Amino acid sequence: MTTRLSTFPKTQLVIVTEAVLEKPLLREARERGAQAWTVCDVRGAWHEGERSGDWEAERSIELKLVCDAAVAESLAEHVLATYARNYSVAISLSTVSVLRPERF
Amino acid sequence: MIDVVVFFFLLGVFARVVKSDLRLPEALYETLSIYLLLAIGLKGGIELSKQPLAALAPQVLACMALGFVIPFVLFPLMRSLKLSGADAAALAAHYGSVSVVTFAVATAALARQGIEHESHAALWVAVMEAPGLVAGILLARWSREGGSRARWGELAHDVLFGKSVLLLLGGLAIGAIAGESGTAPIKAVFIDPFKGVLALFLLELGLVAGGRLGEVRRFGPAVLVVGLGVPPLLALAGAAVGLALGLSTGGVALLATLAASASYIAAPTAMRIAVPEANAALSITAALGITFPFNIVIGIPIYIALAQRLTA
Repeated sequence: MTTRLSTFPKTQLVIVTEAVLEKPLLREARERGAQAWTVCDVRGAWHEGERSGDWEAERSIELKLVCDAAVAESLAEHVLATYARNYSVAISLSTVSVLRPERF
Repeated sequence: MIDVVVFFFLLGVFARVVKSDLRLPEALYETLSIYLLLAIGLKGGIELSKQPLAALAPQVLACMALGFVIPFVLFPLMRSLKLSGADAAALAAHYGSVSVVTFAVATAALARQGIEHESHAALWVAVMEAPGLVAGILLARWSREGGSRARWGELAHDVLFGKSVLLLLGGLAIGAIAGESGTAPIKAVFIDPFKGVLALFLLELGLVAGGRLGEVRRFGPAVLVVGLGVPPLLALAGAAVGLALGLSTGGVALLATLAASASYIAAPTAMRIAVPEANAALSITAALGITFPFNIVIGIPIYIALAQRLTA
């Protein structure tokens, strides 16, 4: 290959949690400057047990955000401090390469 | 004699107990619930168009007061069962609020027995959903264990514009404005197939409730005491309010049923946000795993018999 794509590092924050938190989480992400995210319905099991998603009140979501490292860390800290005690929450951070950094 | 729709519920429970792979697609479940709420609202609305609205004010206020008071009465009882303040408040809120499907099964049972009831009763359901939830949040705050971060504006929005109240009130409004002749063209979809759709929805509820049976053991006797003991007591309170309002036999039975029913759609979501410290599985096990089956299989026939005796 002669040409190479220019890529830029960003942080991908993945939060798997209860569906009722979708609205507050998105609001708090926006407040911290996040611009791009996707949300999926998921089923799964973790420390607190299985969340089968059989019932409306028992649905789980996977919220995936790509943003600056500082934004991701600030949101992750906030989620840990605010929600982790009473809600099922799993958080992971990873570095990803994006092509158009201004979009994140 | 058990109403035919109840058999579908039992089939769902059976399917879950024997670990069948039966699972209704989520989109179908959503569609059925939207249909039921709209159809119940429409049916009530058509009747609403035939009477002066002012005459209904005492009924609306009494229903709301009943829903609001129930959690305050249940809270000490639940605390005496050694539940934490947050758990007791959240669970009490589920019983203050109502179950639309329990109501639908009760109306089907009344129709089958040829017992008249106020056809605008859907209005009672719509106004009884929220007060119990508000009471539960207040209780959680006062017990100083939770609810301190309740965002009232957001909660009000979610309850008033959540799908159940929106569709019930929307259906009532459409039915009231369009009246009998206006709704005639959509009758074949919204009125006639109602019971068949209810049967299908009950199959799904049976699957979910059946999955909850295992949880009953986890929470021990407290959840059984609440799930089986509370509904008959609340039914008496509902019947008393119905009598005081001068309702028909069917109306008294419906209000008793509504009082005895526990919410398992609006309440779990509202309580999860407003009282995060409460154990959500405990409330849903009591409301959907125990109280709902109890009401539709055993409770409703008893409440109807009670209403017949009281209004005889």
